Amino acid sequence: MSKEKIKINQEFYDIMPLEYRELVEEGTYGKENRGWKDVGESKELIEEHSLCAGCPESIAFRYVLACLPAPEDTIMVGSTGCTSLVFPHVAVHNIHSLFGNQNAVASGLKRALSFRFPDKIKDVVVLAGDGATVDIGLDMTLQSWFRQEKFTTICFDNELYANTGGQSSGLMQKGFVAKMAPAGKKFDKVPLPEIAKSSGCHYVVKMTVSKPNRVEKAIREAILVAREIGPTYIQLYTPCILEIGKQMMEGLQEMRDSEGPNKRFEFEEYVSDEARAYLDTVNPKKKKRKKAIVTK
Amino acid sequence: MSKYSVLKGPEAFLPPAAACEGVVLPDPGQGLIQGDIVQETLAMEEAARKFLSAKNPTLFPGPLVLWNWNETAARKAAAIKRLYDVLKSHNSNALHIPMPDYRPKYPKIDPAIEINPNHPNLTIWYNKIDVCMFVGVHCHMANLSLKIIRGGTDCYTIAMCAQAGHEDAMITFRDATPEKIDILTNTVERLKASGDY
Repeated sequence: MSKEKIKINQEFYDIMPLEYRELVEEGTYGKENRGWKDVGESKELIEEHSLCAGCPESIAFRYVLACLPAPEDTIMVGSTGCTSLVFPHVAVHNIHSLFGNQNAVASGLKRALSFRFPDKIKDVVVLAGDGATVDIGLDMTLQSWFRQEKFTTICFDNELYANTGGQSSGLMQKGFVAKMAPAGKKFDKVPLPEIAKSSGCHYVVKMTVSKPNRVEKAIREAILVAREIGPTYIQLYTPCILEIGKQMMEGLQEMRDSEGPNKRFEFEEYVSDEARAYLDTVNPKKKKRKKAIVTK
Repeated sequence: MSKYSVLKGPEAFLPPAAACEGVVLPDPGQGLIQGDIVQETLAMEEAARKFLSAKNPTLFPGPLVLWNWNETAARKAAAIKRLYDVLKSHNSNALHIPMPDYRPKYPKIDPAIEINPNHPNLTIWYNKIDVCMFVGVHCHMANLSLKIIRGGTDCYTIAMCAQAGHEDAMITFRDATPEKIDILTNTVERLKASGDY
């Protein structure tokens, strides 16, 4: 699809509800230097989400959508969970997969798109929770990495099954007591970033979403590497404020408290040599382009 | 099994799918009137009569014609606008209300300016629509929506389908093209000129 296709037929322009006209006129499709700074200024590709007030996942979702390099040519694959409540409101093509199957669906989708549109860049981005990525869907997640499928996997890690009342998940920290895990988590948090590295991912980041600049860099680079080199993985801490007993204004602080030195979400980045070489060729161009835009 | 007719409702909270009651889709060149297979020209005349005798005739263009995603969509949009202009010149209450996408929007939807396939009855009740035509709506959503309308409202439904038609509409056309929409427009104009409406 091209952004040229995101147009309203002129015969119906006057009867289309305002939100759709704004999406066409003020959306950031096709804008090369789009990023998190568009949030609140341009028409966002997600508005009026159906998540809880103050939910860090909603912040993460907005940043991710604001930072996609080419939303008009991106297909997102989601899974059951809080994210699936948001996907119906997202102005990007998306597929809701069976729980845990998201990386298998994305693998087939990416291959089909490469076959159908050999001359175009089509990004596939998986966005799923920790239950879908690490527990029930771990097989599909790992197989896509082993097979070097060229798409990005983003895990919204809230460390439990939030949508169903707070059951223990593989990414929950050891000893944590949740509503549906009263005896506490029995084993350590699954080190998925480490597993991703050894499973063939070329770009792996673990972080919170408290710093939008960092999120933007990670999302962009992960998608660019996935286009050219191979699978990439980003694990974002998006705490469920309801399930960990926080108020709606405390989500950001919770993320900040969890990303300090030696904390479980201390920023970690892994870039393979191949990916680094590729990013070095991309980033100077980006710097030049940004400089040119500023000097204009 | 007694013969099932696809009549305007309100039929039931959960009306049966017409296909489950033995209604089959028409072949090319044919249409359906209340579940009976007829020649397409006959269905055109009946649809035109329904439009001309309606208090609030309404067109519901869906995403396939609202968005300019290929040349045919643009030509269909122009054809639908011509049909709307003819209906409007006959009856100032005529409406065209878009169905821009299929996200569930209850309760935020403004039924005065848009229709949503998951709760089309809101728009029909609000605008007191007695005859409507779906055009450019993806089949799976049209099927859902037409059933809800038949179940909960007394609106007479017409489907201008680009595929094989919709047995859940009271009148259905298949293989919709801009030219076919123009034929319907011409039929409305011809009957209007007859002075019976």
